[in-house]
Amino acid sequence: MTATTVHIGCGAGFAGDRWDAAVPVVASLARRSGPRYLMYETLAERTLALAQQARIENPAAGYSPYLERILRPVLKTAKANGIRVVSNFGAANPLGGARKILEMAREDGVAGLKVAVVEGDDLTAVMTEGDIRGHDPVEGIGMPDGKLVAANVYLGARPIADALALGADVVVVGRCADPALALGPLLHEFGWSLDDLDRVAAGTMAGHLLECGAQVTGGYFADPGYKDVPDFGHVGFPIAEISADGTVVIGKADDTGGLVSHRTVKEQLLYEMHDPSAYLTPDVTLDISGVRVEEIGPDRVRITGARGKPKPPTLKATVSFEGGWLGEGEITYAGPNARRRAELAIEVLRTRVRDLGTNWPLRFDLIGTVATFDGDGGDLRSSRSWPDDGEYRVRMATHGGDKRMAQWIADEVLSLYCSGPAGGAGVRHRIAPQITTASILVDRERVTANARLVEEN
Amino acid sequence: MADNDRIVRVPLHEVAHGRTGDKGNRVNISVIPYHDEAWPLLLEQVTPERVKAWFAAKGAGTVTRYEVPTMPAMNFVIEDVLQGGVNGALNLDGHGKSLAFHLLSMPIEVPARLALHPEKAAG
Repeated sequence: MTATTVHIGCGAGFAGDRWDAAVPVVASLARRSGPRYLMYETLAERTLALAQQARIENPAAGYSPYLERILRPVLKTAKANGIRVVSNFGAANPLGGARKILEMAREDGVAGLKVAVVEGDDLTAVMTEGDIRGHDPVEGIGMPDGKLVAANVYLGARPIADALALGADVVVVGRCADPALALGPLLHEFGWSLDDLDRVAAGTMAGHLLECGAQVTGGYFADPGYKDVPDFGHVGFPIAEISADGTVVIGKADDTGGLVSHRTVKEQLLYEMHDPSAYLTPDVTLDISGVRVEEIGPDRVRITGARGKPKPPTLKATVSFEGGWLGEGEITYAGPNARRRAELAIEVLRTRVRDLGTNWPLRFDLIGTVATFDGDGGDLRSSRSWPDDGEYRVRMATHGGDKRMAQWIADEVLSLYCSGPAGGAGVRHRIAPQITTASILVDRERVTANARLVEEN
Repeated sequence: MADNDRIVRVPLHEVAHGRTGDKGNRVNISVIPYHDEAWPLLLEQVTPERVKAWFAAKGAGTVTRYEVPTMPAMNFVIEDVLQGGVNGALNLDGHGKSLAFHLLSMPIEVPARLALHPEKAAG
């Protein structure tokens, strides 16, 4: 029998999200009936490149380093209640992630857990580096230099639905379009055809609203006195109810804080969206330019009117390269004449880096003015005057190819303790390897995604 | 003229809310009025030209404004504003997460009744 309503909760909106967010989501889903799913989105553009680097160092690694911490607290309850899990926490090694989940299931006495992987997103398995580099980045920036780290195409929802048809309790994906984590279960439960553009669009919209976790329930939203969010420290993660006709209702986990309102939903609908009438995904071109957003109860918002247009002819892929080193350092000046002491520190840093004989780009911020909004030239700060007294934090940042030079430049902030202006305090300095990414468009025929069940080693 | 009909010049933050999203070296910023009645005033005053000028220090390129009147909401796409994006940017906010609040500090003139705190004058 085909379902009438599918419930999909979200347990993570990015790799660093709250480890315990899924617990109330699963507890809520366990009290409901019908097909129920838990999705986690844990794979930002560069997260996958970092995972690929981890896999090079250790072939068993390369899945999300947070997999165990976010899944273990709910795995047993989810399985006992028939709540199926779909996530891209496979990152650069879905098979390794699946084996880790099977190991956790054995340790925790979760009997009969079926785990599937979706593979086929890794372009380096089917294309040469020269072939990959031969594609023009869509950003129009030219293909970056540096060693190729990873190239992964955004898969659609079909292979996820295939994995569910195999009976998987947990589906482990690498790179896929984030909304596909919700659309896959909907294709499976409702039997929607991918040619049913308006329904596929509605499912994609549901996934888009869920994929950032608390961003639709008060996270990235709260603004005291303007947009207040109750019990914000316990913000509940979202649960969407999707009907066979494509109606989407966004709610949240029971007994949690947070807020679902027409405002939280509108902000998240437009998040990371460019043309609202043409949001490109592997499965459909989503048009939300005519949607209706209605509050239908406490923390319940209904969204209708998503329209689908044919999917784009190509698939998007993210290509990642080693991108040199970021060096940065910060130091604080407080009290009388703090601004002038901070500005003197900047002058000293300029002199010291020039003496190192480099022409690396330097950016200086005076945190406490308009550093966050300013450009690298500091024009915004220069356009206004700032009080001499107060609290200012100097920040210097640089970027280049040589690790040792990045360290030497950052070290110049540390040495201000003894050799810089009076009262310099609280130095933090570091260097960090960078990943450069570009997006390319790949012919669909080049990509074959497949789903299969995995046994523990 | 009733007191709440007088025109006040306030930060956009008093009239609308929004958030930033990023992709590569561009950001999108939504602008959503607290009162639907403010929508035509937003269309008139929060123009792509003004937004581009407001982000000049960031080196903003093309600014496109998309409109979703059924919400109502507008969505600005600002090119090149991340100065290298999360890949090569030297700025603290490589994703541009804060930039919606830069846009929300832009002055706008509205009847006092459409501002949450009409006494809060724009700088």
